[in-house]
Amino acid sequence: MAETSTAEARDVAGEVVGRTPWEITRARIRQDKVTLVAFGAAIFFILLALSAPLLTRFGVIDPYKANTDLVGGLGSMPIGPLGGVSGQHWMGVEPGTGRDLFARVISGLTVSLVVATLAVLLSVVLGTIIGIVSGSAGGRIDWFFSRLTDFFLSFPQTLMLVALSTIVIDILQAALGMERTPASMLFMILVMGLFGWPFFARIIRGQVLSLKEREFIEAARSLGAKQYRIYFKELLPHLWAPILVYTTLIMPQNIATEAALGFLGVGIQAPTPSFGSILNDSVHYATSDPAYFIFPGVTLFLVVLSFNLLGDGLRDALDPKADRQ
Amino acid sequence: MFYYVLRRLATVVVMLFLITATTFALFFASPIDPARYTCGKNCTPIILEGNRKALGYDQPAIVQYGKFIQGLFVGREFPDNAELRAQYPEQIVECPAPCLGYSPSQHRTINEMVSEAWPISLSIAIGAFILWMLIGVGGGVVAALNKGRWQDRGIVGAALIGFSLPTFFVGLVLLTFPAIKWGWLPIPSYVPFFEDPVNWALNLVLPWITLAFFFAASYVRLTRAYMIETMSEDYIRTARAKGVGKWQVIVRHGLRASLTPIVTAAGLDLGTLLGGAIITESVFSMHGLGYLAVHSVTNMDLPTIVALVLIVSAFIVLANMVVDIAYGFIDPRVKLAG
Repeated sequence: MAETSTAEARDVAGEVVGRTPWEITRARIRQDKVTLVAFGAAIFFILLALSAPLLTRFGVIDPYKANTDLVGGLGSMPIGPLGGVSGQHWMGVEPGTGRDLFARVISGLTVSLVVATLAVLLSVVLGTIIGIVSGSAGGRIDWFFSRLTDFFLSFPQTLMLVALSTIVIDILQAALGMERTPASMLFMILVMGLFGWPFFARIIRGQVLSLKEREFIEAARSLGAKQYRIYFKELLPHLWAPILVYTTLIMPQNIATEAALGFLGVGIQAPTPSFGSILNDSVHYATSDPAYFIFPGVTLFLVVLSFNLLGDGLRDALDPKADRQ
Repeated sequence: MFYYVLRRLATVVVMLFLITATTFALFFASPIDPARYTCGKNCTPIILEGNRKALGYDQPAIVQYGKFIQGLFVGREFPDNAELRAQYPEQIVECPAPCLGYSPSQHRTINEMVSEAWPISLSIAIGAFILWMLIGVGGGVVAALNKGRWQDRGIVGAALIGFSLPTFFVGLVLLTFPAIKWGWLPIPSYVPFFEDPVNWALNLVLPWITLAFFFAASYVRLTRAYMIETMSEDYIRTARAKGVGKWQVIVRHGLRASLTPIVTAAGLDLGTLLGGAIITESVFSMHGLGYLAVHSVTNMDLPTIVALVLIVSAFIVLANMVVDIAYGFIDPRVKLAG
């Protein structure tokens, strides 16, 4: 019974205190130290990502400035241990150019988080709308959207992301007159977003199927509520728990996917910093300067881990059926 | 049962048809000229036109798609132009059914390329699959049986770390330290199994571990969740009460019921991986289907990409079907509607 909150214990002992689901959730999360730490870490990374453009603006860090004096010898390797770690360069410097790795990693964090967040938003909006419509409309509409979901899920995702990259980026560049970097960011957002919604739609549809049999929906309908009102005013407020949980769980997947595609050389490319582009460049120095891939790699791992832990914790806390023994 | 399989097969065919059509449309009906990609830096309008004709890009996309489908069933010949074939009979390349197409970047049929790459992807997938199923399911069962104790917490923690470590990072670390720096294992390169099974395995150990790392972690989580759910069912208590042995309860009653969702996931994951472990193959430069995919994308070899998408989707859709049919055998509660 280690995880039973004091509040829950009090309920049993004395008077019964009515609590909203939100209060129960908060009480549960407060008990869960791992989730709290993960939450703190995720907030820290988000703040770090937000501050990177400001720090660059005010000249505190500069992800593009070359420091030729910090690299030398054969192949311009960083001077000093661990890839040139020093008080000024916390993660050392890049081989070749001598650019500050810490500046590049936190600027890369900004790019990666922006791409991942926008892709998640796209998946969530599409998935929620399609899930609600499909679950509550039933019949042919449901059949159509369910088949569409199956269709999207049977595409080999990673392969499609890789396969589509060059051609979609070319089309975006040609159609919108964009530069290579914004076009590849837009590509990542669109494609990750478009492949992410089916998963979401399935979960939402399942929830809606059980919700729509409840009395309050029947009541709304008998009072003459329009479809729109039933979808977005009656159903949507009951869906925030799965939306929140799966947003938190898809977020780290998107961050990892961006990194993986960049690593393969088909996503965001150098010199724009992102986890993917930094790690892609570091492969060339993997043997001679392992610190160059270990620092960004470990940072990426910590970011993904913190979001995964947070998502797991939220799921446990928000699930009314979760086993709290 | 027979009708069920038949109906599923029909769905598979429709799915594959839709998937190839979509991919084809994306690549060959887009505003980007596909012939442009076949022609390198020293491109002249004459070469461009020649390539366009030879590869059949001058025809409407729908005709090209028809020829692609035709090639799959009866085979075809390249160059894809009767005039050119009459003019240069010595350059004709036969591509017997199931013809996947002709690669403009490697100047040979895609079937040849796939038949070279396929054993490598198969070797990587099978070894990793065995490894992750043993670790994943085993770890999940141990964690579930010791729920809340230190064994459980240790396994769940390790799984979460494994789940969050990016595959390419694990691969890079394994390639750099044990293989290159410390020399414990050979730097992976493919040795055919039938030539030298020992070296085959030694070369594949690192790719196997890399790939199994992530999957083992997700299977621990999956198995644990389902095992906990199953072990709290009434029939487990009944089995225990009537004196069934401890291990028999766990394996026969508990694990068997939890296997259905695990088999679903395993079938789909294996299906996807048979089509190439893109990241693992790229990290270790193993020239399997995944490596071929990345290579064709960087060279904009559109016909190869389309062929690979078809192969991988076929594996996924077929795996899906096999899993559904396997349900009937694993889980007696499932009845296949005819």
